[in-house]
Amino acid sequence: MATLMTERKRSALTRGRLPKSTPWVVAASSIVVAAALMSLIGFNVFGWAVLSAVLFAAGNVVSSAVVEGRRKATDKLATSLVLGAFLVALLPLVSVIWTVLVNGVPGLLAPGFLGTSMKGVTGAIDNASVANHTPVLGGVYHAFLGSVLITVWATLISVPVGLLTSIYLVEYSDGNKFSKVITFLVDVMTGIPSIVAGLFAAAFFGLVMGPGTKTGFVAAVALSVLMIPVVVRSSEEMLKIVPNELREAAYALGVRKWRTILKVVIPTAISGIASGVTLAIARVIGETAPLLVTAGFATQINSNVFAGWMASLPTFIYTQIMTPTSPSNPDPSNQRAWAAALLLILLVMLLNLGARLVARIFAPKTGR
Amino acid sequence: MSKRIDVSDLNVYYGDFLAVEDVNITLDAKSVTAFIGPSGCGKSTFLRTLNRMHEVIPGARVEGKVLLDGDNLYADGVDPVTVRSQIWMVFQRPNPFPTMSIRDNVLAGVKLNSRRMAKPDADALVEKSLQGANLWNEVKDRLEKPGSGLSGGQQQRLCIARAIAVSPDVILMDEPCSALDPISTLAIEDLINELKDEYTVVIVTHNMQQAARVSDKTAFFNIAGTGKPGKLIEFAETATIFNNPGQKSTEDYVSGRFG
Repeated sequence: MATLMTERKRSALTRGRLPKSTPWVVAASSIVVAAALMSLIGFNVFGWAVLSAVLFAAGNVVSSAVVEGRRKATDKLATSLVLGAFLVALLPLVSVIWTVLVNGVPGLLAPGFLGTSMKGVTGAIDNASVANHTPVLGGVYHAFLGSVLITVWATLISVPVGLLTSIYLVEYSDGNKFSKVITFLVDVMTGIPSIVAGLFAAAFFGLVMGPGTKTGFVAAVALSVLMIPVVVRSSEEMLKIVPNELREAAYALGVRKWRTILKVVIPTAISGIASGVTLAIARVIGETAPLLVTAGFATQINSNVFAGWMASLPTFIYTQIMTPTSPSNPDPSNQRAWAAALLLILLVMLLNLGARLVARIFAPKTGR
Repeated sequence: MSKRIDVSDLNVYYGDFLAVEDVNITLDAKSVTAFIGPSGCGKSTFLRTLNRMHEVIPGARVEGKVLLDGDNLYADGVDPVTVRSQIWMVFQRPNPFPTMSIRDNVLAGVKLNSRRMAKPDADALVEKSLQGANLWNEVKDRLEKPGSGLSGGQQQRLCIARAIAVSPDVILMDEPCSALDPISTLAIEDLINELKDEYTVVIVTHNMQQAARVSDKTAFFNIAGTGKPGKLIEFAETATIFNNPGQKSTEDYVSGRFG
């Protein structure tokens, strides 16, 4: 006769398993023990957190090794290492964002900061604002405009060159010697220190236009030297993953090769290419070194990239920190520098979000 | 329109490797010809030489003559693009253009060749082509939706509609049903039967029942061993190939004794 089996109170299947509350107990006790140990050698919060984490990981692994066996203990050890590495990687990022936010927000909210330039802002004005506790004058408009203009010109130069290069490499070269040389040189270019790119542009325009030529366009050329390899590599990868069947389908329709590339291959890859370009822009917009030697330092608004010195956000930050407007009262300059840094980070973040948006907009449509 | 194809003394190479040797065959206008044979015997390779798609692969070349109503496809000065706009091809895996809507996919052959077309004409062509591919009723309400959202069988019929839209003389099909279920296969086989009223159809297939069902004539290709070139063993009426083949190896193959 079949009898109904009742569920056993303590399952044999969960034998040798730690109860669910164990990690919490271990965590609480390691925090307490760490606090006690820290008070012996001098308390500080950072050491306390690190010690607690180490004790927690060790306690978890050891308790698991004793009760649950080797396999589970190894799993917990690996989990602790992965999680720890993640936290270590995240720490500087969070710290940077926090520091810049704390130091930058007051300056960014100061009246006129986004709308005015540094023209006419002298050390005396800064001294007066510190002495009278009036808002800091002077702004970042000229540097913001310069950064945007220089980056736009750099993009206008690099995208056609980079995209056409990658089209040659993927569609036309058939992996010949020439294409291997190009690929090698592009890889080398990726590793060029940015100051070298700046010196190249400065020297080139020095030869062509006369020594000491510093304009926004020279800076754009320097940045495009840095951008082109990034654009080439990212678009090359994107063009490579376009399925060959699509090209064959177009060829078999009697479509010419250049039209196939223009109408089938590039539209299929456009989302990846566009986001690659946006990321390349985000990479160069924060470059400081090449701009120092190519665009100079300006304190006033200059919207012409072909004439005159041009400010940019990175060089603005650099000059404000290194040579404060008022050497005796560097605080207003510091405030402006932090605010400009915050603005730059926001700009790069917007560009990254823009890259995702662009990728989504251009992605091949799905749905029924 | 429909044209006949005469192939004489055709050798097909990949680099130095002779893939298909000495093919002589005549494909009649307004008929369905099936190519059967074991894998790797050169059926698809030979098919791709018929619209000069073979040479898209680096190092691939062809010797011999392929006459389309008497014009040699491989004569000096023939633009492969001209050839391909007259002889269309449907591939093994459906490959609609993912960036285009169903409507644009059908019009791809026209649009990509930058021929201008008034909207009413284009609409008429889309409807005619989709009806020709037995797809109109399924997609007429969602022509602006992406072509990649269709089922596999519908995508394959969309590719056939794309082929019909450029009104070719010949349609080549490289195992068009191998990735499809029996229902979609049936739809495509019905379609092939209708297509032969207007076009010359050549189909490569691994499915012998399919060859028997759809084709008027059948060509059997075989390969002597790995590394040897594929050859045309026998070409005859489909009924003859399946019921009364002239060659021993054909009989072995169609009766399932090997391959």
